Amino acid sequence: MPPITIQKDPANRAMTVTVELAAPVERAWQLWADPRQLERWWGPPTYPATVVDHDLRADGRVTYFMTSPEGEKYHGAWRVLSVEAPRRLEVEDVFADDAGNPVPDLPVSTMVVELREADAGTTMHMHSTWPTLEAMEQVLAMGVEEGLTGALSQIDAILAAG
Amino acid sequence: MVVDHELAPTEADRVFHALADATRRDIVTRTMGEALSVSALAAGYPMSFAAVQKHVAVLESAGLVTKERRGREQLVRGNVRTIHRATFLLDQLEALWRDRADRMTQVLAEDPT
Repeated sequence: MPPITIQKDPANRAMTVTVELAAPVERAWQLWADPRQLERWWGPPTYPATVVDHDLRADGRVTYFMTSPEGEKYHGAWRVLSVEAPRRLEVEDVFADDAGNPVPDLPVSTMVVELREADAGTTMHMHSTWPTLEAMEQVLAMGVEEGLTGALSQIDAILAAG
Repeated sequence: MVVDHELAPTEADRVFHALADATRRDIVTRTMGEALSVSALAAGYPMSFAAVQKHVAVLESAGLVTKERRGREQLVRGNVRTIHRATFLLDQLEALWRDRADRMTQVLAEDPT
């Protein structure tokens, strides 16, 4: 388990995840900038993500789908708001139709990612905000939590083992 | 992913609007432990009874407090269920992101360069 710090702000529906990564900033940036690497961590093993379009520039779009164990596809997209490789990225995560076009209206969440050099390699901050409680519920209802249960019990086992 | 219901305006919007005001947050905090009458609440703020009553009405429409009549008084009681819901959802989203951060580390370990 990497060292992870989480700050939660229920009143503002916001959360900041800080993770220490044992890799230089340029390498850690590839987790977002390389679609093949992105799809290896975005979705849980039970709902793997497939990145379709990946235009990581301001006003660009990243489209993806996640596949359920039953083979059902759930489409999503990022609207890229700003990029400062390899240090900062700001996107809106939105629901999308089967063609990967964002469903208009509300984003599911807004994410700001920041990478900084650290002694151990890179400190990555990921700040997410959700516009409503319903948006938070939809992220979880997508089946992601089913994948989580397994991962969480693994984490618990690791923690219990000390 | 398919959105099958309208998102706005929602209960959540009312909740977070209601909690955007310091007096209203204080009213929720004070009435969580024990129900207080509007006049008892009003005594604690440098504002009119009517102004406090308005704050209570905003909180009530957001579901953050309930009002009950006792004799000639209206008792205000904090209802933290909606705040709990946000906390509960964040706990689950935290788990999602811990899982993602864990997988990021795996990717870096497998492909160091």
